[in-house]
Amino acid sequence: MTEAVSTATGAELPDPDERRGGTGTLRFLAGKIGAGLVSLLLVVVLGFLLFRMIPGDPVTTMTRDRPTSPQQLAELRARLGVDKPMLQQFFDYFGGLLRGDLGTSYIYNRPVAAMIGERVWPTVLLVGTATVLAVVLGLWLGVRAAWKRGSAFDKVQTGVALTLWSVPQFWLGLMLLIATQGLFPSRGMTSPDTPPGFFTEALDVAHHLTLPCLTLLAVIYAQYMLVMRSSLLEEMNADYLTTARAKGLRDDLVRRRHAVPNALLPTVTLVFLQFGLVVSGTVTVEAVFSWPGLGLLTFEALRGPDLPLLQGVFLILAGSVVVMNLFAEVLYRVLDPRVRAS
Amino acid sequence: MRAVRSTWRRRAAALGATALVAAAPVLAIGPAQAQQPTVLRVALVQSIDHLNPFTASFASTAMIGRISWEFLTLPSAEDNLPTPGLAETWTPSPDGLTWTFKIREAKWSDGTPLTAKDAAFTFNRMMSDPAAREANGTFVEQFQTVTATDDRTLTVTLKKPQASMTALDVPIVPEHIWSGVTDMASPETDTVAKVGVGSGPFTITEYQTNQLVRMKANPNYWRGAPKVDELQFVKFDNADAAVNALKNGEVDLINRLTSTQFDALNGQPGITTNKAVGRRYDELLINPGAQNFDRQPIGDGHPALKDVRVRKAIARAIDPATIIDKVLGGYGEAPGGIVPPMFKTYHYAPGPAEKYTFDLAAANAALDQAGYPKGPDGIRVAPDGRKLEFRFTGHATRDYDQRVVKYVAGWLGEIGIKITEVLVSDNEVDESTSAGNYDLALSGWGTNPDPDYILAKQTCSVLPATAGSTSSNAFFCDAEYDRLYALQAAEPDIAKRAEYAKQAQARYYDQVPSVVLDYKSALEAYRSDKFSELTRQPVSGGALMEQSGYWSFYGAVPAGEDAAAAGDSGGLPTVAWIAIGAGAVILVVLIGVVVSRRGKSAGSADDKE
Repeated sequence: MTEAVSTATGAELPDPDERRGGTGTLRFLAGKIGAGLVSLLLVVVLGFLLFRMIPGDPVTTMTRDRPTSPQQLAELRARLGVDKPMLQQFFDYFGGLLRGDLGTSYIYNRPVAAMIGERVWPTVLLVGTATVLAVVLGLWLGVRAAWKRGSAFDKVQTGVALTLWSVPQFWLGLMLLIATQGLFPSRGMTSPDTPPGFFTEALDVAHHLTLPCLTLLAVIYAQYMLVMRSSLLEEMNADYLTTARAKGLRDDLVRRRHAVPNALLPTVTLVFLQFGLVVSGTVTVEAVFSWPGLGLLTFEALRGPDLPLLQGVFLILAGSVVVMNLFAEVLYRVLDPRVRAS
Repeated sequence: MRAVRSTWRRRAAALGATALVAAAPVLAIGPAQAQQPTVLRVALVQSIDHLNPFTASFASTAMIGRISWEFLTLPSAEDNLPTPGLAETWTPSPDGLTWTFKIREAKWSDGTPLTAKDAAFTFNRMMSDPAAREANGTFVEQFQTVTATDDRTLTVTLKKPQASMTALDVPIVPEHIWSGVTDMASPETDTVAKVGVGSGPFTITEYQTNQLVRMKANPNYWRGAPKVDELQFVKFDNADAAVNALKNGEVDLINRLTSTQFDALNGQPGITTNKAVGRRYDELLINPGAQNFDRQPIGDGHPALKDVRVRKAIARAIDPATIIDKVLGGYGEAPGGIVPPMFKTYHYAPGPAEKYTFDLAAANAALDQAGYPKGPDGIRVAPDGRKLEFRFTGHATRDYDQRVVKYVAGWLGEIGIKITEVLVSDNEVDESTSAGNYDLALSGWGTNPDPDYILAKQTCSVLPATAGSTSSNAFFCDAEYDRLYALQAAEPDIAKRAEYAKQAQARYYDQVPSVVLDYKSALEAYRSDKFSELTRQPVSGGALMEQSGYWSFYGAVPAGEDAAAAGDSGGLPTVAWIAIGAGAVILVVLIGVVVSRRGKSAGSADDKE
């Protein structure tokens, strides 16, 4: 996560005209990173309090429907540390965080950090693939729709995008699953019977990835498309485009070389802002397809409720939003000279 | 112009490469290898908490543990009565305080001899280590000592007689593997290195956390190797996806179906559905005046419910037949005692004289007679002047609760009792019922073949010592019930014990601290085109999964000669690969066409710049 930030600093544009550039950028970055850290601190405190405000006792929930004696319940409470005063629990938790220890899951008895670690990559794979495809598809369709504003193509595409955007992911995923009639696996990321070998295994993962990726893609591309469309529409009335046309440039050149680059700004920022949210948005998709990622882990933790696991996932999800926000702001500054000058 | 040509060449090459990649799967996957192992794939719709048998508490993992480690004795597939496991014979002393088990000659899956010392180690570990008691601790609560006098003899002495000695649901683990474990709660106890050595029909060979458990047939199993080579338990977080997977042949066996899912699978080709007698009961708790262990009243239950006549009138105003028919889609059985009919030895079915027959007129008359006249608004008033207005606490997330509350509110309205719905989260239901803050509440329990646990939950001894820490199910506390409970708990003779257990349930039924509403059926389905036989427990009308043993998996018979071919269905059928390949090729061609059209239109401009 910190790496992402440092590349952002490295991504400064060498601009000889910018005299106050160095210190200004540094001050700007320090401010943003500071604000990000404060947000994270708030997330930690809020997460802790929020999950303890849920009514009910985790020990009672965990032992529901199974033979337990009062003595066993007391032993379990002591082992989980829920018999300590709230304030002490918080300081234990916070102290652990500073050491990079997210605690131990109630239900699975495993370090939360390790559980999150093994679930990050499947989510990154799913969200990454879907985002890349969504950006390509969304921008391409958005540009086309804006350029032919009011045409049948524009109306159909906008209608489809709005529909897909408002359809519940859960339902869409399930419909895809039923409609494909067993052509794609119903669950997970790998099949237990895949013969070993890089090629077969990669193919197996791709095969499992298809449906969840399509579901996620259908929902997120629409946003990119609509934003791209509206920002291009704004550019289309600009004087410089009239100039470009007056020079006798072909229509698609005017679009590709002049209009689109300027219209890209808000969209690129949105992509990064969205990226953080998309990770948490995978909860439903992962739950439909039992995809072993962070979203599914959240779902499992909520069922418990497995407090340390919930806190850990909450922290990671909120953290990704904070970091991506920071990233988007820095990027915007890099991309848009107007922001930099101000 | 040269630029244009080179662009075209690049595009053609890219197109060719992509097409090749897309077609590769079709070329790469050859015909299925001969002699595929037969695999039984099971869909789990519940999480996998632990494979460590000392801490595995979920029904799913208890089931896996029962397959992996043999018990001393276990309930038989025929009638749930104790049958030999690792113990060939078992003998209680006349006072019931000393039990001697003769252990059979057997081997662990790694070839090490299995002896009485392994059993002694297992029990002693549970008695000395709280973390090892997490899953099955209640079975050793009354144990004084456990010793292996020699390799074939295990002696258990008890603090007081315990009827469940012939049904100890405790997997016996190998001492040479587990004696080195210092922390029973550590993650390493869930790894194959620890849980991979067993004595049951299958042993665990692979575990992907909360995703997959793979088990292979154990050649050293004392009853003889099973007919299936491999079991796979795959986890589904979405039950509808699991049902879909059964339809497509991705999995062979599934349980915990809803009545809707079950109806949808009924009559599908190659699939056999199984409506099994359930091991759970649903009940309506009626707060009989909650109190703590020192008999001090707790909670805020309506005082009128302390009057057994009011509770009986409520029981008579509820029609379980309607609930089973309308809410459970017909998949349930009519109620009696708190031990479900699945365990017929101990099940209490009230006779016509005792039975609360649905009769609103009689219920009304009984309340009139008991001194609860209807007020001007039609709501009855207690002698102390309080109206009979009761809260009805249920789980907001459960369809069952949402619908039952409507029926019950309607019926009770007919007898002058007003109901306020309090549908809240599961945790809130737990919290308010265990604190005694309820009037009427929905609850339910799963039961074991041995009735001791569920009967014990109704005794005075489990009333809460501190607020909110109750093991009591319904705050029932009745001297007569406790007397009958103690008699059954100490009775080694099964027939006599069953008689006492039924009398205790009859007393409970008569005092109505709760009304049993139904016994939900267990709804399951399996691919009968791949497995011709799976053993039920009990054999007539019993369940296939979550048994009190391993009978269905051990008794699984692959269907005929097709079984070998069926073993391959975990991968993709070739047809699918061809379809995917073709689809990809078409896609690539389409993209190519679009790109080339763009190229054409932009070509001249490209040249210009």
